[in-house]
Amino acid sequence: MENPNIPVEKFTAKDLTTDQEVRWCPGCGDYSILKQAQTVIPDLGIARENIVIISGIGCSSRFPYYMETYGMHSIHGRATAIASGLKASRPDLSIWIVTGDGDGLSIGGNHTIHLLRRNFDVNVLLFNNEIYGLTKGQYSPTSEEGKVTKSTPMGSVDHPFNPIALCMGADATFVARSMDRDPKHLQSILKRANEHRGASFVEIYQNCNVFNDGAFEVFTEKSSKKNETLFMESGKPLIFGENSDKGIKLDGFTPVVVNLGEGVSANDCWIHDERDRVKAGILSRFFDNPKNPNHLPRPFGVFYVEDRGCYEEKLQQQLTEAKSKKGDGDLDALLRGRETWTIN
Amino acid sequence: MERQNEVLDNVIIKFAGDSGDGMQLTGTQFTNTAALFGNDLSTFPDFPAEIRAPQGTLAGVSGYQLHFGSVEIFTPGDSCDVLVVMNAAALKANLRNLRKGGIIIANTDGFDPKNLRLAGIPEGQNALEDGSLENYRVIKMDVTKMTRAALAESGMGTKEIDRAKNMFVLGFLYWMYNRPMEHTEKFLNEKFGKKPEILKANLDVLRAGYNFAETREEFTTRYKIGPAKMQPGTYRNIMGNQATAMGLIAASRKSGLQLFCGTYPITPASDILHELSRHKNFGVKTFQAEDEIAAICSTIGASFGGSLGVTTSSGPGIALKTEAMGLALMLELPLVIVNVQRGGPSTGLPTKTEQSDLLQAVYGRNGESPIPVIAAATPSDCFHMAYEACRIALTSMTPVILLTDGYIANGAEPWQFPNSSDLAEIKVNFAKASGDGTKFLPYKRDELLSRPWAIPGTKDLEHRIGGLEKQHETGNISYDPANHEFMVRMREAKVDKIADYIPDIVPEVGTNKGKMLVLGWGSTFGAIKSSVLKARAQGYDVSHAHLRYIKPFPKNLGELLYNFEHVLIPELNCGQLIKVIRDKYLIPAKGLNKVQGLPFSAEEIFSKIEETLK
Repeated sequence: MENPNIPVEKFTAKDLTTDQEVRWCPGCGDYSILKQAQTVIPDLGIARENIVIISGIGCSSRFPYYMETYGMHSIHGRATAIASGLKASRPDLSIWIVTGDGDGLSIGGNHTIHLLRRNFDVNVLLFNNEIYGLTKGQYSPTSEEGKVTKSTPMGSVDHPFNPIALCMGADATFVARSMDRDPKHLQSILKRANEHRGASFVEIYQNCNVFNDGAFEVFTEKSSKKNETLFMESGKPLIFGENSDKGIKLDGFTPVVVNLGEGVSANDCWIHDERDRVKAGILSRFFDNPKNPNHLPRPFGVFYVEDRGCYEEKLQQQLTEAKSKKGDGDLDALLRGRETWTIN
Repeated sequence: MERQNEVLDNVIIKFAGDSGDGMQLTGTQFTNTAALFGNDLSTFPDFPAEIRAPQGTLAGVSGYQLHFGSVEIFTPGDSCDVLVVMNAAALKANLRNLRKGGIIIANTDGFDPKNLRLAGIPEGQNALEDGSLENYRVIKMDVTKMTRAALAESGMGTKEIDRAKNMFVLGFLYWMYNRPMEHTEKFLNEKFGKKPEILKANLDVLRAGYNFAETREEFTTRYKIGPAKMQPGTYRNIMGNQATAMGLIAASRKSGLQLFCGTYPITPASDILHELSRHKNFGVKTFQAEDEIAAICSTIGASFGGSLGVTTSSGPGIALKTEAMGLALMLELPLVIVNVQRGGPSTGLPTKTEQSDLLQAVYGRNGESPIPVIAAATPSDCFHMAYEACRIALTSMTPVILLTDGYIANGAEPWQFPNSSDLAEIKVNFAKASGDGTKFLPYKRDELLSRPWAIPGTKDLEHRIGGLEKQHETGNISYDPANHEFMVRMREAKVDKIADYIPDIVPEVGTNKGKMLVLGWGSTFGAIKSSVLKARAQGYDVSHAHLRYIKPFPKNLGELLYNFEHVLIPELNCGQLIKVIRDKYLIPAKGLNKVQGLPFSAEEIFSKIEETLK
């Protein structure tokens, strides 16, 4: 446990680098995410020895090897399950799960949703590159329909997951999206995720420049970013566009894009409230293919936050209650049981 | 009234009825009463997989066999002396296991035309009426009618009243076997204390059954079975799964570690979870995961964090855990995996017993993946072997598989329980930073080839572990060919080294040398012991040794095997231990195999001994 009276020993981003050579492909979006994490984590006030990074299998899952903290590079899809047990047994640790779209939504999809509903106080960073990179280029559960890959030469017939909507459906208590190409935004979201008490889910759009280059470029490139993205800030109107000239309004439950200035001001727009579950649900469905005409911009930032008790706290409370009611367990009394007989 | 008191040294009673008739409860109550009286005993609950199988049918028959006596008892017995049947299906399913001349206690209401039809008995036939039971002593009574009469004034509905039928039978048997009713009265008081109406109904019916026997002159004989001459000491009754849970808690206490059990409900292992979840005041954390994989993975997480991690399951669940077991052995973290075996393959026979997961435990993973395997022999032995599993896991930083099975998991026996101070020490030293600036080596090994356990929260020991092959000592990822082979052999050598601190195998019955050795493992213990004792009494030169440590074997096993002309290995599978034994010791061992979802009878093993040695 952190002792509040002892100040946490300071460390820097450099202290977080390991002696292992980083082996992602040159140009991979993972480098940026690693850098932002190493930049943010020293400022969180957590002792380095209390940080644990757990990953599954996939390119993103090499992450722990590059962070001088405790870490486990586990098996495919199971980082969330391993982290659940670690957090349940050691609530004092700061646990970060690093996973990908295949690891966390395909083979490990089940554990992801259960971790979210249980609301362990951990941070899930899901690097979404909409492709299987480590196995060299098959479609993933987030690849768009029709995706031509090594395993789908005629195009994928799978309908993709919408990770944000999935997490909303699993009753996650912190749901956010960011991207590798916007370091400042990613840093601020990582900080918010850490501040949240409960399971924080952060989807990070990450470019795989080898097998799926440019999957998110419409959201990340200067030329299109402002028109295609919607950066949400709680308490502020939902405004986007090249000159911040477009906004989102709700027509009943239907979101519509409005042009500002034509008798519509920013104050007439939908004011983002990250504690509004219904509206977060609507925002999670801003998921149109940018190629479609009249599509909505893709939201980034915090969709939803909720305060709900954490699993590990409630479990610990039961132990405390059991001890106060029955007293600390007496092993000999347990072995003896309620009824015995003696043979002389 | 003149009543005869006949003295017996042991009796086998089988309670059988519809799965809703409360036969398990009746059996358990009689068992506990016999145990408190000082009888030695062994039980065998045998129930259908369906929670409420169609009423009155053969599929719905639930049974509970109890063998108790004033002599030493090793098994629930082969054929029973007394068969209690609540309906026609129960009689049809169990009659072949009643010895000639045995007693049938039948609830006549369960033999009405509807019940006869449901049991698939041709029209016009009713064993209770047609003389086909002339080789047995049949006691007929309309339990339903008498229960209803006893509760006529209670104001309860017929459906509720009928639920107390089993108490009538229990009361009757208490009279027949001269048993006090206090234990059951106390039990009912605790169970129904908050529902006085139901409590009174159960007590009334229990007494009605007793009084019915007492007043009816036709019941001329009562039986007396004195206390058994067991080793002096204090005893309690224990079931296997309960013992496993207690062994785990004991190891947690003795090692000073928090016990974490990540698990997923599965028959017949769930009772371990139920038992553990009741003991939160021992600091036990149970986690009912979303599936078998999450169950073991959460446990690996807890183990990484410094808990004593345990996951419990049965065959199909173990299959799902396999990949994670490989991870645990690669991470070299302590972990206990309990497999309460059941009939397989696939879903198989969930409520029936089998020993067919031994090869899965020893070999069933990808890659060269040695994991220690141990097995419990009896219900109370589950305590000791669960404790041993933890001790080995913590001493050698390794996952350990503990095999039990449905037969001993649900079976009960008297147990001379230990004092906590008598249990072997389990020492755990978490790694601490050297303080001299030298780099921490997470895979540096001690004399047992075990690696240090450095848990998160320990300053200056930050390190990463994973499923990829690691470099010797540093634990860094390594693809070096020579290092891979070195590490594969290192992990094997580490498991082999466990033989240095486990006990030698000592024959349970007989001598270290001779004509025939019957070598068993797991729940066949009682049947083998009984049969070998019988054979020796008839002059056969035969001994019994029982393996509790299967990987690695005890160091002296080879020597023991070579001392016998014949080695017989009875197993409830098609021959699994025998493959490992032949492979390692190159001896022409013979198997005796049964795969029916049922335990061996002592007679089956005895016949094989006789056949070989005659």
